[in-house]
This record gives sequence, C-alpha cells and structure tokens, in this order.
Amino acid sequence: MKPLGRPRRAAFGWTMAASLAVMAGMFVVSLMYGAADIPFHDVWRALFSREVNDQILIIREIRLPREIAAMVVGAALAAAGGIMQGMTRNPLADPGLLGITAGANLALAVGFAFFPALGYFGMTVAGSIGAALGMLLVLGLGASRRDGWSPIRLVLAGSSVSFFLYALAEAIGIAFKVSKDVSMWTAGGIMGTTWRQLGVVVPVVAAGLIAAMLYARQLTALSLSEEVATGLGQRTALVKAALSCVVILLAGVSVALVGNMAFIGLMVPHIARALVGTDYRRVLPMAAVAGATLLLLADTLARTIGKPYEVPTAAIIAVLGIPFFLLIARRGGGRS
Amino acid sequence: MIAKDLVRKQRRWLIGLLGLIAVTAVVSMGLGYASLSFDRLIPTLLGQGTFKEEFVLLKIRLPRIAITLLAGMALALSGAILQGITRNELADPGIIGINSGAGVAVTLYYIFFPIDAGVFIYLVPVVAFIGALAAAILIWLAAYRRGSGLHPLRLVLIGAGSSIALSGLMIVLISSVDRFKVDFIAKWLAGSIWGADWPFVLALLPWLVALVPFVLLRAHRLNLLELGEPEAIGLGVPLTRERVWLLLAAVALAAAAVSVTGGIAFVGLMAPHIAKRLVGPRHQLSIPIALLIGGWLLLVADTIGRNAAEPEGIAAGTMAALIGAPYFLYLLMRK
Repeated sequence: MKPLGRPRRAAFGWTMAASLAVMAGMFVVSLMYGAADIPFHDVWRALFSREVNDQILIIREIRLPREIAAMVVGAALAAAGGIMQGMTRNPLADPGLLGITAGANLALAVGFAFFPALGYFGMTVAGSIGAALGMLLVLGLGASRRDGWSPIRLVLAGSSVSFFLYALAEAIGIAFKVSKDVSMWTAGGIMGTTWRQLGVVVPVVAAGLIAAMLYARQLTALSLSEEVATGLGQRTALVKAALSCVVILLAGVSVALVGNMAFIGLMVPHIARALVGTDYRRVLPMAAVAGATLLLLADTLARTIGKPYEVPTAAIIAVLGIPFFLLIARRGGGRS
Repeated sequence: MIAKDLVRKQRRWLIGLLGLIAVTAVVSMGLGYASLSFDRLIPTLLGQGTFKEEFVLLKIRLPRIAITLLAGMALALSGAILQGITRNELADPGIIGINSGAGVAVTLYYIFFPIDAGVFIYLVPVVAFIGALAAAILIWLAAYRRGSGLHPLRLVLIGAGSSIALSGLMIVLISSVDRFKVDFIAKWLAGSIWGADWPFVLALLPWLVALVPFVLLRAHRLNLLELGEPEAIGLGVPLTRERVWLLLAAVALAAAAVSVTGGIAFVGLMAPHIAKRLVGPRHQLSIPIALLIGGWLLLVADTIGRNAAEPEGIAAGTMAALIGAPYFLYLLMRK
C-alpha cells in the first residue's frame, strides 16, 4: 500500500472538496424546502444568530435535527455497504439486502412486545443486536458450503431471510398489538428525529466511521483476495470480525433511527469507486459524503413531492436505486 | 406412456387432497371473529339459520374461502409454468416481481377510479394483467443474455430487486396522491385478502376456468421445455411460441390472483415442488396436484392468520412468507 503518486492524490483532494461542497449545498437546500418554504436569509439566521421567529424555530427544532439525521444515516449506511462489499468481494452486498435491517426490525418488534420499558437507548441497542443476528444468520448460511457462495446466491439467501424476518416481525407486531409502535418507529423514517436521539446516534456513527477508517487499509487488501491479505501478513479472521462489528454498529443504529433503507449501501460505494478508485482509504470517506448527500436529496424529495404530506424516504431510495441494481446485477453478478 | 400405478397413485393423492381441502374449509367456516358454531353450519347452509348466521357464513366466510382457494390455485399454476419454462426451481410469481408489476397497475387504477364491488371489479384483473405483463417483459429482458440465455439465478435476483423497487414505486405513487389510500397499499403489499366478496370470486373464476385446461393441454410441451432448449427443439417444439403462450398464461394467472388478494409470494414456489415430490415430474400428473396444494396452502395460511390475532388478523401473505421463506432457503442450500 504505497502512497499513490502526487497527481492522483491532488485529484482525490479536489474530488473530495467538490463533494463536500455539493453536500453543504444540498444541506442548505434541504433546510429551505419542505411543507413550508423558508427563504435563505432565515436559514442563515437560524444557523448563525440567536434571533427567534416562527421560521427560525421550524428550522432549529424540526428541520435541523432531521437533516443532520439524514446525513448521519446516509453516511453510516454507505460506509457499511462499502465495507461489506469489500469484505465479501460481492458487488451486490448491502445491509438492507443481507438481512441486517430485517433483523433490526424484528428486534424492535420483540422489544416493543416483551420489553416495552426499554426506552430510546435500550431500543437502539436492541436494534443493533437484531442487526447482528440477521447478518450472522445470512453469512452463516453462506459459510455453510465449503466452496463459499457466489454473490447472487448470497443475496438471494439474504432476501429470503429478510422476507422471513419481516413476516415474523409483522406477525409479532399484530399479535401483541405493537405494530403501530413498530411502524411509528421504522416507517416514520427520518421524520420527527429529536436532538436527544441525535445525542445517542451521532457519537456511535462517528466512532464507527473512525474505526472503519482505521481498518481501511486492511480492507483494501481483503477486497483484492483472501490470499493477498494473508500474504501481506494480515490476520484475516480478526480483521473480518472487527469489520463486521463496525458494519453491525453502523447499520444497527441507522435502522434504529430511521427504519429500513435498502439500496443506499448498495449504490453509493459503486459511485464512490467510480470517482476515487479502489483504495478503501479513499472509497470510505467518499462513500460517506456521497451517502449523506444522497439521503439529503431523497429526504428533500420526500417532503416536497406530495406536500404537505410526506412520501416515505425509503420508497424514493428504492425507486432511485433500481436502475442501479439492475445494472450491477447484469454486469457484476454474472458468475454463479 | 405413463405407468398405471403412477396414475393410480396420483388419483389417490387427488382424492386425499380434495378431502383435506373439504375438512379445512369446514374448519375455516366455523372459526372467526364472529361466532358461528359448527353444529349450525349445515342448517345455515340449507337456509334455516338466523339472519346473523346467514350473513356471517354466506357473505363473509364463504366468499373468502372461495377467493383463497381460487387464488392459491392460480398462484400454484403460475409458479408451475414459470418453473417449467425458465427451468428454474426457484421461480415464483411473487419472488420474480410479476406480482409487484400487477400491484403498480392496480395502484394506478385505484388512484384514478374508486374500487368498489361494481362494474370496475371485472376490469381489475385486466389492469393487473397489463402491469404484470410489462413487469415480466422488463425482467425477462434484463435477465436474458444473448448466448447464455436466461440464467436462472440472475432471473430470480433481478426479479427480487425489481419487486422491492416496484413496491417502493407503489408507495410513492399512492402517498403523493392521497394520504388516506396508503393504508390500502400497505395491506396490498402484506398480502391481505382484501377482495373477499362474491363479485371478486366471479372476477377471478373465468381466468381459472379458461387457463387451467389451456395449460393442461400443453403439459406435454412443458415437460419437453423443462428438458432443455436443444432437446425441446430436437423434439419439434416451436420454442419461442410455446414459451410466449405459456408465459402469458402464467402472468395472467398471477395477475388475476393478486389483483384480489394482494402480493402473495411463495405459494407458487412451494405447491409445484410438493406436487412433484408426490407424483413425479410429469406435468400432466403434477399440475392437478399442485393446483389443489396451492389452494389448500393459501386457505390454511389465511385461516390461521385470520384467527391468530383479533380483530384484523395477520395477512395471508405474511403467513405464506413465514412458511415459504424457509422452504426457499432449503431449496437454495440444497443446490
């Protein structure tokens, strides 16, 4: 892993700076538009002054936490997807498609049904545990064959495990009359995020992203092949376990905060690799920024398409994601 | 020639399954939110029940049982055809995205026309057919590759992805138009039998009456198609034409079923498999068995779901996924 030549490094710096600028722009736009359109100077004053009026209150109390949540979750899911794709060398890996979100969903249903006194922090922890179980289930099934599974087969196993876990969550939700609580939690999406929730989620995601960056170098080796990683002196089992923990942390808290968001973790790392190459020390930060931007965009669309009502953000992401999915499935998942 | 004892075995299974369905139907008639005791079933059917008993049995339970049986049969047949023509044991109208295509069309229709038990009901399966056909063509084109043909796993993968995205599209469409119709779509996606009324039975029945004999007549060619392309061509099957006809039939059956029941997956996967386990791979023998198993499976799923939680119950599609998803995994692991 020699540092790349100077021109490429400079190019990476520019790409990164441009992406950050786009993200900042999208952030301001997302604060301005919604059920109530708010002029730019009010947005400015809400962010940088102590003045108070109705518009400023809308921004400070409703939009700002919501858009920060969108950025944090977008970054977390994109990074989680990137790590999974690198680790499993599977271009189709995505937390939403490999049973992680479904597992978190089921854990929430169980939590509401049997331990209603858990509170916000407890539910977040429960969601992460569920995410871990869902992922272990799918990867365990995948590892049950000695020759390992092809990308396509793993995704299919993931989608049927997800099918099953969702059905189970729904059955529990209806049988114990908690489906309303669960769907308030998950289908509500980014809507109604509070500062208090952000206080739990932001540090966790930040820690996860930092941990991911610490392992980015090993991840790059691992993404080439198991042999390369071993040859470079890597203890692959240890690194894989650490990376899996990071994925579970990132995806788990994301689902606990906003519910199911498939396709972000699938799409964004591909975009990032197209922009900055295949070194994960670059792919991961790029993916985080692009993921944040994408979710900001999707959330703004969700609030403006059917105003004053909201379209579920996950649905928008799914519609945006499908052409991408088809393209990758056709091109990359060819071997079976 | 089909061996005599095989035919006899199939007859025995047919009779056994019919008996099983009859028993399940009777149990299903007696269970539900409103009480109707078993010893009142026969008098009520003969017209000697109280007004309440007649209402519960004739207007609520019986049409629902009829709908679930017919829809289960249609899904099973559709699955059997799809598995045959794609030579893919994982094919199912729900899994490969045909159901979601029908769902998007029904959503559009629902946005522009109110759905009530009037004339429009008979148009719903037609609308669903158009949507399902569009989705089927799209998925087929995306999965087909010149040279290597239709790769089974790729087909399932692309179908599964499309079905997630099309469900998303349904939600976007409906919630951008009418907040209060979102509930309907949510129910549709979960596969809860929403059209449980006699007009819906009449809307579904003609499709089965027309298409079951059509497919049974083609059972022999379906056998040949399942052998493989070179073999089928060698034995004189007009490949493309047969495939197109059979695909149209499969799409029509799935569309008709899901237009009144909502998106139900896995029934079309399980029923043909179990049938082949019981009577062997010949479609002449396995299709009638698959039909009955499909109807029975959905009836059982709905009866359990209906009674598992009061008052609204667990959707039949959810119950079907609880049973069917592990079965799908088992098939995936075995290969």
